[in-house]
Amino acid sequence: MTTFDAMVRWRYRAIPDHLLGEILAKRWIDNAIPLLILIAVVAVFGSMIPDFFSAASVSNLARQWGEFSLLVLALMVVMVAGGIDLSVGSTFALGNIVALSLISVAGLPVPMVVAGTLACGAAVGLVNGLLVGYLRLRAFLTTLVTLIIVRAIVDMLLMKYSVAIAGAFIESDAWYYFGEGSLLGLPVSVVISIVVALVLHVALSRTRVGWHVLATGGSRRSAHNVGIKVRRTICVTYVVSGTLSALAGLLFASRLGGAGADTGIGLEVSALTAAVLGGNSLGGGRGSAAKAVIGSITVMLMINSMVRMGVTSGANSLLLGMVLLAAVAIDVRWLKNRHKFLSKVYVSPTYFELPPAPSTAGASVYALNDRLRPVEAIGLNRIDGPEDVILDGDDNIYVGNRTGDIVRFLAPDYTTQEVFAHVGGRPLGMAFAKDGSLLVCIGGMGLYRITRDREIVKLTDETNRSWFSVIDDSRLKLADDLDIAPDGRVFFSEATIRYEMHEWPVDCLESRGNGRIICHDPNTGTTRTVIKNLLFPNGICMTHDGQSFLFAETWACRVSRYWFDGSKKGTVEAVIPDLPGYPDNINRASDGTYWLALVGIRTPSLDLALKMPGFRRRMARRVAPDEWLYPNINTGCVVRFDEGGRIIETLWDFGGENHPMITSMREHRGHLYIGGILNNRVGRLKLKDADPAWTGPDSYWRRS
Amino acid sequence: MLTFGRLSQEQIVFGLAVLLCLGFAVALPGFMTTANILNLVRSVSILGILGVAMGLVVIGRGIDLSLVALMAVSVAWTLNLIASGTSLPQALAIGLAFSLFVGAANGWLVAYVEIPAIFATLAMATLVYGFGQYFLYDLNVVYLPDNARYLLWLGQGNLLGVPVPIVLFAAVCFGGYLFLRYSRSGRYLRAVGDNLAAARTTGVPTRPIIMLQYVLSALIGFVAGIVTAASVASMNTRIAMSTYVYDVILVVVLGGIGLSGGKGGIRNIVVGTLLIGVLLNGMTIMDIQYTIQNVIKGVILLAAIVIDTVVNPRDEQTAQHGDI
Repeated sequence: MTTFDAMVRWRYRAIPDHLLGEILAKRWIDNAIPLLILIAVVAVFGSMIPDFFSAASVSNLARQWGEFSLLVLALMVVMVAGGIDLSVGSTFALGNIVALSLISVAGLPVPMVVAGTLACGAAVGLVNGLLVGYLRLRAFLTTLVTLIIVRAIVDMLLMKYSVAIAGAFIESDAWYYFGEGSLLGLPVSVVISIVVALVLHVALSRTRVGWHVLATGGSRRSAHNVGIKVRRTICVTYVVSGTLSALAGLLFASRLGGAGADTGIGLEVSALTAAVLGGNSLGGGRGSAAKAVIGSITVMLMINSMVRMGVTSGANSLLLGMVLLAAVAIDVRWLKNRHKFLSKVYVSPTYFELPPAPSTAGASVYALNDRLRPVEAIGLNRIDGPEDVILDGDDNIYVGNRTGDIVRFLAPDYTTQEVFAHVGGRPLGMAFAKDGSLLVCIGGMGLYRITRDREIVKLTDETNRSWFSVIDDSRLKLADDLDIAPDGRVFFSEATIRYEMHEWPVDCLESRGNGRIICHDPNTGTTRTVIKNLLFPNGICMTHDGQSFLFAETWACRVSRYWFDGSKKGTVEAVIPDLPGYPDNINRASDGTYWLALVGIRTPSLDLALKMPGFRRRMARRVAPDEWLYPNINTGCVVRFDEGGRIIETLWDFGGENHPMITSMREHRGHLYIGGILNNRVGRLKLKDADPAWTGPDSYWRRS
Repeated sequence: MLTFGRLSQEQIVFGLAVLLCLGFAVALPGFMTTANILNLVRSVSILGILGVAMGLVVIGRGIDLSLVALMAVSVAWTLNLIASGTSLPQALAIGLAFSLFVGAANGWLVAYVEIPAIFATLAMATLVYGFGQYFLYDLNVVYLPDNARYLLWLGQGNLLGVPVPIVLFAAVCFGGYLFLRYSRSGRYLRAVGDNLAAARTTGVPTRPIIMLQYVLSALIGFVAGIVTAASVASMNTRIAMSTYVYDVILVVVLGGIGLSGGKGGIRNIVVGTLLIGVLLNGMTIMDIQYTIQNVIKGVILLAAIVIDTVVNPRDEQTAQHGDI
């Protein structure tokens, strides 16, 4: 390794480039920009205004914020469902005047007042909901009209009752408690809005109704097509919005006790600014209570600080308008360009040096030959992509296919095929358990068991989450191959945690070590990750000692052995460190050695590129994926090796004329059955020196 | 268009206006007097001019909520400039330039930044109003200075016996008609409103056309503002934050121009203006409370939107995402 290479290697070890993409892919990153704006606002105004942080100032502000944030939360609920509610300001004013009229003119007890006020708000919301949800009017114009109408109603009520309200004296401590009381040291309005925010958060993220709301906002058409009652869902959001707005009005009434003509005027614009500034998307689908809260604090601080600094109302609306425009512009551009940006920064190749590739010519153990020429095809053109092949004790062949079925070819002639089980996902590696049930690694789904009665049981689709991983690595993205230890523990590989199945070539481009091997213990039902940071771990095969297994790392072109029991427990040892190609599945041979499929042969260009991470990154960013350097996966071979790593024989199909594309092979009663993930057949080769009675299930379960 | 038998929405609205007119004429003694009719038409003509501005934008599938605010602020600034000694043409030019600039900014935000028109213009209305108050003038009401008294002719004068605002309304309508019917940009505008994606595919410069909508709207709005200022010898900038702009939308939607764009023409605006003018005037003569007038207007606007939705139904399958 040259000094330059060493420097490059250390550069890519020291700076974790991949974290940027992972952080940007997080959902909570949406909250980062609003939060930064909030911090900036606090910093700017906090330094400009004396006693910005004094207790009196904060407590006064907090009370107002409690009311304002309820309005923003109300607007957020509607916006998340893809609508908008401009009538929140008017409904707020209505709540105020109704509450005051009920308590001071009608003299009702406080619970009745609360119920009456909320009912009023809900009624306004229901009108909006019926019009927008069921009649499908345009939300913006409709709620604008209800804004005008409700405002007019408020004005009429004002004319009728304002004198009476101003003259009345309310003798009720409970009434003043809303506006002036404290709970746990916090103003009541703040407590109420925190509770409402929590309830909304739980509802939106954890309940069926909330999911329906989000789905409707995300794509109304799809929501309708999957059977969500879109109209009712939208109507409900408006009712919630109206109720919350009236609640805010009630708190305001209790705090100030006065009914003015300008109550709540222009509040909808402030609330809208807050909701959008917090990162709630216009047009729906993206929004949360946290976003609403952040946005409401920011706008509240801005408006309030402007007032305290003595600027005119003109400057206030100037600022509000500019902030609204800037917030919406950022929101729109971010939403539109986020995935482009993400796709540019997510791929982050790192330095990786492969040992020199052994020759495949002349006297090499890997020398080319034609031994796969006599392979016969089973199910030619009737099977699509059998990644792995396995045979049961009755000689039936089981393979997975691209459309998520486990297909069974019936012995003895294998001309009849049937769908053994439809599991979905992408069935990959398979193994028979002691009880004869078939365990399958399904790409995109996890580890599944198919019993003899064709019952499909999920064994696991998650493992323990790493403490310091940014992306959530608890879900299984690409379970690849598995094998079963004598005590029933299932060890299976997950090729990569950073990419989906169809993006596997990108993982090669990265060569970072994104894969891992996981152990599922059916006796306790637990799943733990046992080895991490592997380069696309693929095939797994138990050795005969019952204490260790062999595993292949595809992009690292090596086979290693891991001890899970015994004196060497927990250690990894290289068995074949330098393969000429990319290893895939490993399986037992009848004489105690192992079969290994090489899916493709290394190319000097890609080997060189692996030492040039900067080059690969530029390629990923600037060149269309069609033009990338890819690992060759069409010209492969089958290799037999022993536990010491000695290559015994190599089976080639020179030129790929008869059986190209090999990802797995399985020995069974003197024959070798060959699968290929992009192949259209299962291959069968008669082996000369093999034990004609040997079967895999026997080797695993009879002998011990 | 919604057709009841052979009637279009435009014809129904026209019929309603005539009926209402007859009803008021019979019921209200002061309605059919020459003075009232003149007053009615004059007040309506400003609404109509604004209606043409809004109509052009709505036909292009946009909406301009900053129309009234921009009109108020730019004209108030013009008046302020005149009062502070700038010559009339110069002041008008500055005011118009400001107006066109803001219009172009609207168009840029909608066409290039791709902010939904409703929000871009709503925020712009707030922004422009604040900008005016903070930088351009001190009082809410800016009066027409004495050295520009001859501007009053635009609002109060007569041309060949017809009040000038009505002449201007007719001129703007005629101009708008010619633009939509005969100019290439006008036809592009309708194409953009009808189906933006198709227009873009066929090679229409959609973004410049969208900008043009808002610039035109700002231009016509400025004319309307000058006429307003001339009619009452002042400009009350408070209308910027009032519900006046919704009256304009009411005119457009009621006349039969669908909010989903591409439909309708200048005739619809004239008809809509007529009905609203008669209605507002009748209610004023009947001395209906302002708040109740608002409720009535609101209910009518709601009815208009309902009809618009029924006529141009938004199907779950065809509704555009984010179209609020």
